[in-house]
Amino acid sequence: MGKTLAQKIFDAHTVDTPAPGVRVLSLDRVFCHEITTPIAINDLVAIGKDRVFDPEKIKAVIDHVTPAKDSKTAEQGKTMREWAKRHGIKDFFDIGANGVCHAIFPEKGFVRPGFTVIMGDSHTCTHGAFGAFAAGVGTTDLEVGILKGVCTMREPATIKVVLNGKLRAGVFAKDVILAVIKLLTVNGATDKVIEFTGPAVDAMGMDSRMTLCNMAIEAGGTCGVCYPDMVTVDFLWPFIQNDFPSREAALAEYSKWLPDADAVYDKVVTMDVSELEPMVTFGYKPDQVKTVREMEGTPVNQIYIGSCTNGRLEDLRIAAGILKGKKISENVRAIVSPATPKIYRDALKEGIIEIFMDAGFCVTNPTCGACLGMSNGVLANGESCASTTNRNFNGRMGKGGMVHLMSPATAAATAIAGVITNSPLFTGK
Amino acid sequence: MKNFNGKILFLDRSDINTDEIIPAKYLTELTKAALKPYCLEDLSLPGFDPKKDIAGKSVIVTRANFGCGSSREHAPWVLECNGINIVIAENFARIFRQNMFNCGLMAISLEPAVIDELFKLFAGTDATLTTDLENKTFTVSNAKTSKVYPFTIGEFDLELVKAGGWVSYADSKY
Repeated sequence: MGKTLAQKIFDAHTVDTPAPGVRVLSLDRVFCHEITTPIAINDLVAIGKDRVFDPEKIKAVIDHVTPAKDSKTAEQGKTMREWAKRHGIKDFFDIGANGVCHAIFPEKGFVRPGFTVIMGDSHTCTHGAFGAFAAGVGTTDLEVGILKGVCTMREPATIKVVLNGKLRAGVFAKDVILAVIKLLTVNGATDKVIEFTGPAVDAMGMDSRMTLCNMAIEAGGTCGVCYPDMVTVDFLWPFIQNDFPSREAALAEYSKWLPDADAVYDKVVTMDVSELEPMVTFGYKPDQVKTVREMEGTPVNQIYIGSCTNGRLEDLRIAAGILKGKKISENVRAIVSPATPKIYRDALKEGIIEIFMDAGFCVTNPTCGACLGMSNGVLANGESCASTTNRNFNGRMGKGGMVHLMSPATAAATAIAGVITNSPLFTGK
Repeated sequence: MKNFNGKILFLDRSDINTDEIIPAKYLTELTKAALKPYCLEDLSLPGFDPKKDIAGKSVIVTRANFGCGSSREHAPWVLECNGINIVIAENFARIFRQNMFNCGLMAISLEPAVIDELFKLFAGTDATLTTDLENKTFTVSNAKTSKVYPFTIGEFDLELVKAGGWVSYADSKY
């Protein structure tokens, strides 16, 4: 019987099978941020096990509230900083070098096809875009990951999502994933891996693939994965060029993770994206999705472009293309958070930051802050936000606030109009 | 092993997410105990008052996909701080479910029809649940009725519950 991509990774990493259907996996990466890690660190200290399994495989960042906004968040940063130092964790990204975890870790080349990755963050599924098994976990799993380099996972069933056709102008990976979540529902992929494949995925760059995989969790998915191909290899090449004689050789090695032709799937979903329109959420659940056309004219108070879903350079370029020479509506305020310092610098060099500022955007440092209502863009009661983030739960960006999830193109167009509207890039019907 | 018996809090809604169980603004707390006052603070459920309805309860019975959203273990912690060591639902989000067992707490799935019956017979009454881990049954009672419901629990999940969590289990073994 053939295997899925996740089954192949599981088989290559199984340390123990403590009970039927449960595997203990060895970990290639344990990623850490300052919200879920300090309690794990403090617990390890308290139980006399302040150790790390491998300082090279642990990568850490301060990203959720940065710079610290109060004494408690300062304490969280301090805990991380001191821990990274005493254990020799070299890849620790502190203020000045820090960015949103699921943007900065891939940017540094830390994720490779076939890797197992955990982090105390539900959007860890993003890293599956590289053909890795990457799953969000709680603090206890993280604590054991830090200490022993292992994690338990139940055997993964896989849903294969085949995306056929070609996206029209003005329709992006964000619109695709919102449409997929609408189809699968918020728990349609619970305990399952989602394999994204098909011509529409093949045509996407890594930024778009990360957007796609990032929101697998919003359908309940353990991980979203894309198959490693030459796009993956090209992205990783600066980091792997000493490991392989050629890109073709790298691809040949990574291809061992591709699912077998006779792999068994829980479900296969096929979607033709050729007729897809820009999408937006309307309620408090990420599967409450309509076309932007249906939501046209809905007023918003704030625009937010950023996050691990859509704060990458490609996203900023698309938004800036729409904003160039325009001003945001006087009825809204707008914030853009480039997801990493590199993205920020590249956007500066390309003149993108100037376009945002000329349009009336506030440009913040790289941080997750606004997405989960912690800092840098919290909503007031009764306000709404056109947001390129990933979660529209009641109160997510601030108590009593409403979040409309959408692509950077739609968010930019909405900033100009002051109401939800399609971007001029989309000329379809 | 923790206590899995006591009065039931019925939450009649699906997709109760982690942001409702414990809003992100409290994730800056550095101890689990500090979370206690904020349990289910943002829950959207007509008639529910977190200030009155949680005290004295030890069990949650709810619908589908409980604990969806964030990976925050603060969600199980805030329940435990408030004396709630077991949640019974149609099903759970993966990370929340794993977090519960990792803490030595229980997240048990029952068939939708059984959950429905629990709501019909016991919601709105002073109902108590008793867990028999040996025989894998719950006994649910109120002044009028008492019924026994079998449940299943994975072998490994049961080991975690008995061990009191994943940290000590893993450190002794791997």
